[in-house]
Amino acid sequence: MTEFLSGSSFFAIALTLLIWRLSVLLQKKTGSVLLHPILMSVIGVIVILLCTGIPNSAYQKGMEPFSWLITPATVCLAVPLYEQVKVLKKNLPAICLGVFCGTLTSILCVAGLCLLFGMDRTMTVSLLPKSVTSAIGASVSEGLGGLGSVTVAVIIVTGILGNVFGQVMYRLFRIHDPVAQGTAMGTSAHVIGTTKANEMGEIQGAVSSLSLVIAGVLTAFLIPLLAPLIL
Amino acid sequence: MTVMKYLYQAGIIFLFTFLGEVLSRMIPFPIPAAIWGLLLLFLALCLRLIRTEQIRESSTFLIALLPVLFVAPTVSLMEHVTALLGSLPGVIVLVVLSTVLTFLVAGRVTQSVRKKTGEDV
Repeated sequence: MTEFLSGSSFFAIALTLLIWRLSVLLQKKTGSVLLHPILMSVIGVIVILLCTGIPNSAYQKGMEPFSWLITPATVCLAVPLYEQVKVLKKNLPAICLGVFCGTLTSILCVAGLCLLFGMDRTMTVSLLPKSVTSAIGASVSEGLGGLGSVTVAVIIVTGILGNVFGQVMYRLFRIHDPVAQGTAMGTSAHVIGTTKANEMGEIQGAVSSLSLVIAGVLTAFLIPLLAPLIL
Repeated sequence: MTVMKYLYQAGIIFLFTFLGEVLSRMIPFPIPAAIWGLLLLFLALCLRLIRTEQIRESSTFLIALLPVLFVAPTVSLMEHVTALLGSLPGVIVLVVLSTVLTFLVAGRVTQSVRKKTGEDV
């Protein structure tokens, strides 16, 4: 049975889509922020993989057509970006300054905590680019001798944190302005956070998309520059 | 036929994804195909080489799909939990703290600049 399911081309996608549906219904029913569809689906899939003994590698292989769509779907963020180009242009200095300060905070905060926790160089380098989109983060980390897979793992956790707790943080930190909300999400939680920003509103979504691009490019420049000073 | 229209829209989106892929291979800097593609498509929209109507439905569909697409990469975390086990508590504190601080700083800085220059969007 396990062998058959592991080799199946369609089991993984069917499983994921149906668990997704259940997770969406669960959140609708309870209205809880914590029962986020991504979080619940991931837990659901992991539980089923562990129970059936299907290895993650087989599941990932089955999900390839889906994972492959992440790149074109990210490219599509250009459309909401363009539709809000007037708002973006008008607020460009405010957005850029927010992204710059946020990116610097992320790098310095990770560096400081790594020092505090006594993490080695490899681990520190792997954690530094944790706020940017995974493809940028992984190559920055590997370029400095970090572990790409660890980087991608923390990047995803970061994104999910932003996505799930974003609205709680807006309230807690009194970030009411839609442009500032988008900047916070895109700078701290990249594409995964941006999917939440898109659900919140057109301005939030567009600003978040722009912020994730600026933060990504900035990080690719800043980390190799700052690494010799930090490490 | 609307289906054909959506296929044509998808064709344009994949063309820009491909162009992004070309740039990311040619330019030796860690910017992935997705970011180059996003920038190229944005540029093409600004220069009116492409109109939003030419890609609207398919791009809306793909963007709405994004959260589902991230389920599989996140499931891979199950493999790293054991690898990171030794430093796991530290890593968790670090990830949570730095994410919250980054969120706070980016949001508050932008908000205060916007307050100074006048509130309207």
